[in-house]
Formats: sequence, structure tokens, C-alpha cells
Amino acid sequence: MNSVIALSPVDLSIAALLVVALALLSFRMELGVTRQIVVAAVRTTLQLLLVGMVLKTLFDHAHPLLLVGIAVIMVTTAGREVMSRQTRRFTGPWGFATGTAAMTLSSFSITCLVLSTVIRIDPWYAPQYAIPLLGMMLGNTMTGIAIGMERLTSTAWRDSAVIEGRLLLGQTWDEAVGEIRRESIRSAMIPTLNAMAVAGIVSLPGMMTGQILAGSPPMEAVKYQILIMFIVSAGTGFGAVLAVSVGARRLFDDRQRLRLDRLVKAGGRGG
Amino acid sequence: MQGGDLIIDDLVIRGLGPVRLTVPAGTCVGVSGPSGIGKSSLLRAVADMEPHDGRVSLGTTARDALCASEWRRMVGLLPSESAWWADGVAQHFLTPEAVRPEVLGLREEVLSWPVKRLSSGERQRLSLLRLLDRRPRALLLDEPTANLDGESTRRVESLIQDYAQAHRAPVIWVGHSVDQLNRVAQRVVSFDADGVLREAGGEVCR
Repeated sequence: MNSVIALSPVDLSIAALLVVALALLSFRMELGVTRQIVVAAVRTTLQLLLVGMVLKTLFDHAHPLLLVGIAVIMVTTAGREVMSRQTRRFTGPWGFATGTAAMTLSSFSITCLVLSTVIRIDPWYAPQYAIPLLGMMLGNTMTGIAIGMERLTSTAWRDSAVIEGRLLLGQTWDEAVGEIRRESIRSAMIPTLNAMAVAGIVSLPGMMTGQILAGSPPMEAVKYQILIMFIVSAGTGFGAVLAVSVGARRLFDDRQRLRLDRLVKAGGRGG
Repeated sequence: MQGGDLIIDDLVIRGLGPVRLTVPAGTCVGVSGPSGIGKSSLLRAVADMEPHDGRVSLGTTARDALCASEWRRMVGLLPSESAWWADGVAQHFLTPEAVRPEVLGLREEVLSWPVKRLSSGERQRLSLLRLLDRRPRALLLDEPTANLDGESTRRVESLIQDYAQAHRAPVIWVGHSVDQLNRVAQRVVSFDADGVLREAGGEVCR
């Protein structure tokens, strides 16, 4: 690890100047994202610094309870994020629970599987493996589920006449919503599938780049990256299938009526 | 399959009703009333498309005894705006080879067309053919001739009457034109401004 060139605050502020320049440009062009650029940049700095400190503490005092606590915070934040990205979300607890439960099930089970059978670390809660892996899984599963749910609810809203037309001709809810469900799951999977398809040729994945910059041998970084790509795609896919299927069922009641009153339009969407 | 009487009992939906209405097998009841009073809601409630109170049965079959999709196949509802999901017209039919578009003045090859090519009048007529293709045992029609010219309107009216006769199907026909309702229906009822269903003479339906 002695080959790592440590970054000083001055080094980082040079990079920050680029973001400031982008913000200025967006202000001049009235793109309406100036505020978002600044806020996002500040958030990323603070959040990552904070997580760095947390990880440092965590690595020094590994304890399963501490790990569970961190995981719960990560999942709830991701769940809120999924919910806030929907133009129309489910009313009541379903809005938060559908995405969050699917995300938790798929990313936790796959992370545990990988930790216990592939990486085989000891103890299983060794945080330098568990937290980054879970973070990678959650980040991607969150994006996938958010895309899938948004697609499902917005298409059901827009094409309600088609869904009801199919119901009226005697189709079951399952047949009536089948096409929309397939499209939603597909759109949730496409970002990770695209990432797998172009990995290494068009883009060097962020994790691998970071590892190489931090001094790991390239082949080790590559192997970990392949592992990550596989589990991230699987996690996103299974999570999206689960969330979208539960969501699609929730669009209908026990008499197979399309219940758009179970969706509520989100208020202001930040920014 | 033979139809039976369509019996609507104490049906309440969004300020309408309670509605009591019996449509004997093979006959047609016309329903009129001011725009926006919820004539379409009545049909949607009978087809169980929205939550509501009340009971509905067709012949000896109570609605709640069937799963919703079977019930809807039995009581064919024709919405005023038809929805099409596949690219080709024929894909929307169960037995496209048995359909005869010419009875409604449509070209014979219309089934091989893409949906995008259809005019609104063609869509409306095809949506009726698509519904009858499922052999429903009752018909719930929501302004089935709204986009049609005089000649097509006559053809649609006689197709529906023939179907109702041949299958002894009860028909509820929602429409704006009182002339038309008097022509196609044996009995015409209307909603007043308070959502109460009344006979032509003014007395409340029971």
C-alpha cells in the first residue's frame, strides 16, 4: 500500500474548481440545475468524509451490531430515495415498503451469499468487505428498482384505458398488466446490462479504477470487478422483478379492478 | 350459451342510486340523463370495474360467485373510447376468421390493417365486433354510435338487436339521443339531477 499517492485538500480543490465552473456555466445558460450541482457536490463531500470516518472507526472496532446498525441506515436511506424518485407512488406504507423490502431481500441475501461462500471472510462481519459490498449492491439495486417502479406506475397511469380495456374483455389482471410489467422490469435491468456489456472497453468501472489508483495489482482489481458486476446485475434484476411484481399486483384489488386511487402524485420534487 | 335477466339491486356508486333495474333477457333498456351524472359509472359498476355497493346478477349467476374476469367476459361492456394495445387489428380478436366486418359497412380486409390506420369511426365499430367476438351474455353499451354517420349507426343498431335476439342477451344502452333510445329500447329510463333513476313518466324505478 506504500505506492499510494495521498491526496491533499489542495489536490481535491483543483477538482472542485471544475464543478464550480460547471455550476457557473449552468447559471449562465439558465439550465436550472445550478443549485442542484452545488448541493450535490457539497453533499457528496460531506457524506463521503463522514462515511470515511465511520468506516475508520468501524474497521478499528469490528462488531456485528455496529455493522447491522450501519446496514439499516443504508437500507432506509435507499428506500426513501426510491420512493422520492417516483412521480406517482403508492399511498400509505406500500410506497416505502415495496421498494425497500425488495431491495433488502435481494441485496442482503446476495451480499451474505457472496461473503460466506465466495470471499469466505472471517469473521463474517469484517466491515472492510461487508460494507463496501453492501453499498455497491444497494446503490445499483436502488437505481434499478427506482427505474422499474417509476416505469410501472407512470405507464399504468398513462395507459389506464388500455389496462381497463383488456379487463373489460375478460382478461385477468395478470394478463392485462403483463406487458407493462415486462417493460418495467426490462427498463430496470438495462443500465446494469449495458454496464456489463461495455465494461473495460468503453468505461473502466469506478471501483476497479479506484482500486488500481490505490495500488492494487490490476488482475486482482479485475477479478473483484467481475464479481461485483455479476452480483450487482443479479441483485438489481431479482430486486426489480420482486418490486415490480408486488407493485403490479398492488395496482389491482381482489376483484381485479385497476385501482389508480392507490397512487398519489408526489409533491415538489426537490431542486 | 343463453343469457338471462340482468338484475341490478340497490347499486350505489359516487352519488348515483340506489339503482334498481331489471333488464329481461333479450330486451334493451335505454339510459339517458345529463352529461357527467355518471351513466358510464353505472355500467362500470355493473361490470365491477370500480368499488361500489349493491348486488348484480345475470340469469341464475350472482356476480360475486364468479371471479371478476369471468364476470366481465359474461357482461360485455363497450366503453365509449376503445383501447387497442397490439399493433394489428386482428390480434385483438379471439376468432378473427369468423368476424364479418362488412355487416357494419367496414372493408373485409380491415382486420389485416394496423390499428394506427383506423379512423375513430372504424375503431368504434371494430370495438363492437371485438366485444361480440367474445360472445358475452349481456351487453352494456356506452354511446356505441357516438362517432358514426347515419348509415353506420343503423347498421350498428341492427347488429346489436340481432345479437340480443339470437342470444337472448339483456342490453343496457347508454346514449344522449332520445330518438335513438326510443328506437332501440323497449324501455327508456333516465337519471335526474340528483342521480335518481326514473321512468319516462317520472316515477322512480323499482
